[in-house]
Amino acid sequence: MLKLTLDETAKQRARAAAASIAGAFGWLFEGYSSLTIERTVLRLMGIDGALKDGKPLPNVVVDHLRVAQALDKGAAIPVANAMLAKSLSAQSVAEAVAKGDLDLAKQPQAPPDEIFRVLEGLADSMLCHIAKQRATRENMFITYGPRRVPAIYVIVATGNIYEDALQAKAAASEGADIIAVIRSTAQSLLDYVPFGATTVGFGGTYATQENFRIMRAALDEVSEKEQRYISLTNYASGLCMPEIAAMGAIERLDLMLNDAMYGILFRDINPQRTLLDQYFSRMINAFAGIEIQTGEDNYLTTSDAVEKAYTVTASQLLNEQFALLSGVKPEKMGLGHAHEIDPELENSFSFELAHALLTRELFPQAPVKYMPPTKFASGNVFKTHLMDAMFNLIGQLTGQGVQLLGMMTEAIHTPHLADRSLAIENAQYVFKAVKDLGSSLSLAPDSFVNQRANQVLGEAAEFLEGVAAEGLFPAMARGEFADIKRPETGGKGLDGVFRKHENYFNPFLNKMTKELGL
Amino acid sequence: MSKKTMIRPYGDTSGDGKIQLSFSLPVPPDAFGKEAARLLLKSIGFEEIEICGVRDLREGYTHFIAYAVTSAFVDPANIKVKVVETPVMDMEATDAYIRENIGREVTVVGACIESDAHTVGIDAIMNMKGYNHRYGLERYQWFNAINLGAQVPSEELLRRARAENADVILVSQVVTQKNIHIKNLTRLIELAEAEQLRDKMLFICGGPRISHELAIELGYDAGFGTGTYSTDVASFIAITLAGRKIDKQINR
Repeated sequence: MLKLTLDETAKQRARAAAASIAGAFGWLFEGYSSLTIERTVLRLMGIDGALKDGKPLPNVVVDHLRVAQALDKGAAIPVANAMLAKSLSAQSVAEAVAKGDLDLAKQPQAPPDEIFRVLEGLADSMLCHIAKQRATRENMFITYGPRRVPAIYVIVATGNIYEDALQAKAAASEGADIIAVIRSTAQSLLDYVPFGATTVGFGGTYATQENFRIMRAALDEVSEKEQRYISLTNYASGLCMPEIAAMGAIERLDLMLNDAMYGILFRDINPQRTLLDQYFSRMINAFAGIEIQTGEDNYLTTSDAVEKAYTVTASQLLNEQFALLSGVKPEKMGLGHAHEIDPELENSFSFELAHALLTRELFPQAPVKYMPPTKFASGNVFKTHLMDAMFNLIGQLTGQGVQLLGMMTEAIHTPHLADRSLAIENAQYVFKAVKDLGSSLSLAPDSFVNQRANQVLGEAAEFLEGVAAEGLFPAMARGEFADIKRPETGGKGLDGVFRKHENYFNPFLNKMTKELGL
Repeated sequence: MSKKTMIRPYGDTSGDGKIQLSFSLPVPPDAFGKEAARLLLKSIGFEEIEICGVRDLREGYTHFIAYAVTSAFVDPANIKVKVVETPVMDMEATDAYIRENIGREVTVVGACIESDAHTVGIDAIMNMKGYNHRYGLERYQWFNAINLGAQVPSEELLRRARAENADVILVSQVVTQKNIHIKNLTRLIELAEAEQLRDKMLFICGGPRISHELAIELGYDAGFGTGTYSTDVASFIAITLAGRKIDKQINR
C-alpha cells in the first residue's frame, strides 16, 4: 500500500494552529453581515427577477433598505413586515419597491410574533425544498452507484449555456462524472448575480440561476441515459458567494468552488467581506449536501510549486477549519492542490507524488480535488498531453477524489469538443492501466518521497504557528500568503459589510445553524 | 526562382507535402462521416487523403485525424514578418545600458486590462520572481515596475500611468474568446489617443495570441507572444527609449 509515514506531532501542531487561526473570527461571524448575505436571505424568501437594466430585485430591495438606513436588523424583517401590511408575497413586495410604489421603512409595524411567523413559514418552505434536492441527489447515487475515484471532472466554457449543455452531455457520455461550467472572467467582481439564460460570456458562461437550471436538466437527462449520476459544479466565489451558493442549493448543484481565502488573495476582495461571506455560503452548501472545493492550485500558479508547496498544505488546513465552523462535513471538503512543478526539474514526478500523497493522507475522508498542469502547459499540445498523462497516473495511484482533467490545449484556448474527449480518453486509459498498482507499492520511511512530504508538512506547521501568533489579517497584510499584500481594510467590497443590530434576524442562518448542530 | 527552393511540408521525404490534421465535424462516426471528412480535405485542395483516426465525440459529432498531401508551397521571397529586432540582453546588461544611455530610472506600469483576470503573463514579466530563471522587471535596478494586477479598467491604467509619469505601459491579454483581447487592446489605444498619452509613452502588449505584427496593426509599439521572457521586454524598452531620447536631442 502506497502510504507515507508522517510525523504525527507536526500534523497535530499544524492542525491546532489552523484551528486557532480560524477560531479567532467569532467576532466577525457573530457581529457582522454583508449586502450579499442580505440578498441571499431575500432570494431564499423567494425574491427573484431583474429590472430591464439587469439589476436583480434582491439588489433593488437591499439597496432601498440601505438608503433608508433600515438594513442593520437584516432584510428579512422589513420585507416580512411589508408582506403583512400589504398582504403581498415577498416577490410582490420586491416588485412594488422596484416600481417605487412601496417604502419599506414607512410601513406600519406589525407585531413581532406575526413577523416571525411569516418568516418561519418562508424559511421552512425553502429549506424543505433544498432538503428535497439533497435527498434527490442522494437517491440518485444510491440508484446509479457512487461516483468513481478519482472522479473525472471536465470544464465547459463556451459562454453560451446551450452550447455548454451540448458539450457537457457529450463529455458525460464519454465518461465525465462532474461538469464544471467556468464563469465568465469578470463575474467574480460583480456585486450582483446576472439574471436569466445567457449566451454571451468571455472565457466562460455567467453563473445565473436559469443557467444552473438548464445545465442541471441536461445532466439529469444524460444521467438517466448513462445510468450514472453526473454532478454539476460552479463557483460560489467573488462578491456574491452566498447568493450563488443559495442558487446552487435551490437548483441542485452538487459541488461548489468555495474557498475561504481565494477572493482575498487572488481577486483583491476585502478580507472581512470574504471571510464573512464564505461563512454563510459554506453553511448553505453544508445544509444542501453540496461538496465544496477549494482553490489551492492558485498558490502554485503564482509562486514556485516546490518552494511554496507548504502554502498549499497551510491553506488546506485553514480551509478545513473554516469549513468545520460552517458545518461542512469532512467527506464534503474537496480540498485542492495541483500538479504544477516545472517538468524540467529532475525528479519532478517524485516531488508531485510526495505532495499528492501528503494531501491525500492529511485529509483521509476528503474528496480531494487535484488540478492539472497549467503553468507549464504550452502550445506544444503533444507535450501537454503527455504531462496530463503523468498527472493522471498520480491521481489514480494516490486515490485523489476528483481529477480535474488537463487539456492538451490548456495554453491555447478554452477546450474544443475533441480536446475534452482526448483528455477523457487519456484519463480512462491511465486509470485503468494502474488501477490497483498503489496497493502493490510501499515507501521506505527514508525514501525521497516520504522525506519530502514530511518536510512540506513541517514547513506548513511552522508557517501556521507563525500566522496563529500574529493573526490571519496582519499576516495577510504583510504578504505572507501567495506573496500578495492584502490589508484588512483594503480590496473591494468592504463598504458592503455592516455591523448587526442587537435585534438582527436572519431566519435561514438561525435554522441552518440549528440543523447543522453548530 | 526555381521550384527547388520553394518551401513545402516535410514528412519523411523532401518535398512530399505531408500534413497532419485533426478536426471535428457534426457527422456520425461511420462511412458517411469519414467520407464527409475526406471530401472536406479534398475541397481544401489536399490529395492522397488518409483518414487514419475516427473518434466518436457523441451528441452527433466525430473527431477525425488525417494525413494528406498538399501541393501548396511558399516562396521564401514573399515572406515578410515584423519581429522585435532589438538584441536581447540579460538583467545586468540592461541595467548597465539604461544607466549609460538613459541615466535615470524607467517607469513601467503594467496590468491585465478590462475583463481579463489571468495575471500569469504580466506576473512572469514584471514580478520580482519572474519566470524560468529570468527575474522580472521589479528586480531590475533601473526599472520602477508597477504591476496593477488583473481586471484593471483601461481608464484606471492610463490614470495611474499619467500619475506615475510612466515611460511604458505594459498590457497583458490572456483570454481571447470571441477576440475579446483585440477589443480590449483597441479600446486602450483609443482612450490613450483621446487623452493625448499615446505618444508620451511606449505601449507594449503581450499574451499567448499576440504577435509583434498584430501589436503594430493595433497601434502599439511592440507585441510579445508565447516564449517571451522579461529579458526580451526589458531589452526592447531600454534600447527603444534610448533611441527615442537621441532622436529628440537631434530634433532639438
